[in-house]
Amino acid sequence: MDVMQYKSEVKSLNFYYGQFNALKNINMVLHDKKITALIGPSGCGKSTFLRCFNRMHDLYPGNNYQGEIILHPDDVNILASNVDPIEVRMRISMVFQKPNPFPKSIYENVAYGLRVRGIKQRAILDERVEEALRNSALWEEVKDRQHDLAFNLSGGQQQRLCIARALATDPEILLFDEPTSALDPIATASIEELITDLKSKVTILIVTHNMQQAARVSDYTAYMYLGELIEFNVTDTIFIKPKNKQTEDYITGRFG
Amino acid sequence: MTEESRKRTVHAGKLGFSMRRRVREKCIEAMLFASAVLSVAIMLAIVVMLVKESIVFFQHVSIWDFLTDTEWTPLFDNAHYGILPLISGTVVSSLIALVVALPLGTIIAIYLSEFAPFSVREMAKPFLELLGGIPTVVYGYFALLFITPLLQSILPELPGFSLLSAGLVMGIMIIPYVSSMTEDAMRAVPMNLREGSYAMGATRLQTALRVVMPAALSGIAAAYILGISRAVGETMVVAIAAGMQPNLTWNPMEPAATITAYIVQVSLGDLPHGSIGYQTIFAAGLTLLLLTLVFNIIGHMLRKRYREIY
Amino acid sequence: MISGILALMVAVLTFIALFAHMVLDGAPRLTWDFFTSFPSRRAESAGILSAWVGTTLVMLVTAFSAVPLGVAAGVYLEEYAPKNWFTEIIEINVTNLAGVPSIIYGLLALGMFVYQLGFGQSILAAGLALALLILPVVIVATREAIRSIPVAIREGAYALGATKWQTVSDHLLPYSSAGILTGIIIGLARAIGETAPIITIGALTFIAFLPPSPIKSEFPFVSFEWLTAPFTVMPIQMFNWVSRPEEAFQLNAAAAGLVLVVMTLAMNGLAIYLRYRMRKNIKW
Repeated sequence: MDVMQYKSEVKSLNFYYGQFNALKNINMVLHDKKITALIGPSGCGKSTFLRCFNRMHDLYPGNNYQGEIILHPDDVNILASNVDPIEVRMRISMVFQKPNPFPKSIYENVAYGLRVRGIKQRAILDERVEEALRNSALWEEVKDRQHDLAFNLSGGQQQRLCIARALATDPEILLFDEPTSALDPIATASIEELITDLKSKVTILIVTHNMQQAARVSDYTAYMYLGELIEFNVTDTIFIKPKNKQTEDYITGRFG
Repeated sequence: MTEESRKRTVHAGKLGFSMRRRVREKCIEAMLFASAVLSVAIMLAIVVMLVKESIVFFQHVSIWDFLTDTEWTPLFDNAHYGILPLISGTVVSSLIALVVALPLGTIIAIYLSEFAPFSVREMAKPFLELLGGIPTVVYGYFALLFITPLLQSILPELPGFSLLSAGLVMGIMIIPYVSSMTEDAMRAVPMNLREGSYAMGATRLQTALRVVMPAALSGIAAAYILGISRAVGETMVVAIAAGMQPNLTWNPMEPAATITAYIVQVSLGDLPHGSIGYQTIFAAGLTLLLLTLVFNIIGHMLRKRYREIY
Repeated sequence: MISGILALMVAVLTFIALFAHMVLDGAPRLTWDFFTSFPSRRAESAGILSAWVGTTLVMLVTAFSAVPLGVAAGVYLEEYAPKNWFTEIIEINVTNLAGVPSIIYGLLALGMFVYQLGFGQSILAAGLALALLILPVVIVATREAIRSIPVAIREGAYALGATKWQTVSDHLLPYSSAGILTGIIIGLARAIGETAPIITIGALTFIAFLPPSPIKSEFPFVSFEWLTAPFTVMPIQMFNWVSRPEEAFQLNAAAAGLVLVVMTLAMNGLAIYLRYRMRKNIKW
């Protein structure tokens, strides 16, 4: 396969929380404009892995990366010590497990990423906020109350707002950390639909504890266990004909 | 690192650090750090200032005299520099305050933490907090013009200034402080300990006294010790109601000066900067600082312990 | 149970008796003239004009110095400080500063501000002394307010590419402002009533004039002359009257005490109300 189809390549990635080796020699790729799902039992390191992509671990002391995550087309190892985590986060956005809107207005939530990038012109902000809200299927619901407090939205709307916030800055990769685990089934369905729609615009990496969700939304799936990448393949193959016995046990629910 | 990745390290491209942003962030951090360090600088300045003036003082007066002489008359012609009279005044007034504040404060805390209905507690806590915010000079007024005449109607021989009335009011003053901290300590005891006790058939009072209080012991001790520190360092009540004459006595019915009252007395006069009288207040201040520091350190160590347990 | 209610009752009744006594003595003196007159040798015509003006100006200095320093130190300790021995020293030190008797701050101010830095017995020296005194209150309030903001908010900001300072200034400080404000008000309420450190500095008790006005009619319209002016403050004025043997002055003391108590109760009450509202409104 041509390297140009990869948005990112992970090469011999090890991650340590202090002395604890949380990720062990992971090699993987993210296909451009595709959805890759990370599955595995809790504590397997899938969230830890996801948070390497936007250098979230840099916020806490004692964490240590080894190996590479290459971002294409720049061909830069985003884990390198002379790469600014802030620059990484400007290009790789993240949506969290629980909706975490800022206690500001809907508009200011979406505009915040742009303001951080120094964009001040009202017209540009208005335009980008609208675009992001449209892309996260929230525009019709909130266009008349953009200056209401974000906390007044429902849980599902809040999560779509967080997606809009992450989208507003035109990220190259969008990370989702179990984005529906705090939502009801209806809100979950709308978020899943949204994620599938976003594929045409952005490369997506999603952590999920819900195998059906991985099967429904993703193009590629990686199964992780105890900090190791056990199997990585096209989603259909993982779910229909896994090569690894451990993966099969997990998929079929015979795990643990 | 492989050769290839080192090459990538050299070319961080558009992902490299922005020098301007980095400098800005570092400057801000340095300013915040300086503000935090200022608190250490204040402590150092306090110690340096007190020690510096005290050294000059102790060149004039031997430490032995300072600690053993039974008279404190620095402003007289026949000057004596014995700290004992000031210590005795401080100890007696503080003891009276504690005799009032510790039992009452503890009983109130037990009631609020273990017995009071939710609504009473919700009302009482802010009320205690409000009382804790009343200026001490106001309590001094109470002591001199309300409590002293009241006591005089019972004890006709009580003079206009006395350690007794100052100590009593100081005790009333620190009740909110002691009860609030004691209650915090008791509330920090986990519910399952109480439930275990109730399950064995214990009454509320038995549970409060035999389970909750022992479990909260270090927190309660911390509340007491910080209360003592407050009483020892309290100035205005004693300066107003106990008189400002140094007097080596253990009799609460007599007027006497505390360390703090002496500093006030000197400050009210017009002492030239650099005179021995000026230096005495720093020596007295150093003694006071050391006393309260010991109490505070013990108190905070105990508090930390109960916070670690639960 | 009974003894608990009894103890609470004893405490409450004692306080009520004390305040009732003060109200009875002081309230009749609380006329308009009392607020607009200078202290006087004749108790009946004496007032608290110079005292409340002095208190206001001293509080200005205190707030302007303690708030930025305390908030900055709180932000540093909560968000920036690495976990090491030096941070530990700073933290222990802040706790210890809070326990230092107020009169010791007075001695520091006397030695350092009045003499070493040559500020004299001025509003500036007093304001700074009180600022040092309430610094721990502001630091602790800032830390607690910032700590109560969930990690998810911080991570949300960082994930959008915010720098540490952007996260602090755009999110943590605005969201904790009510908590910080509560701490500032409690600190200032304490400073307003502090007497001992101001006496130590050597504030005059008889001031029958006002400091130079901070606002001027000609350019540049503001003046800082008042900073170095001699002054008196409310608690000093009250202390002075309490110490007089004449009963008429003691009535003045009661009136001044009443004003002081109302001021501190109002401030602390506002702080408690703010905190109560904040707890009710926060949804995270």
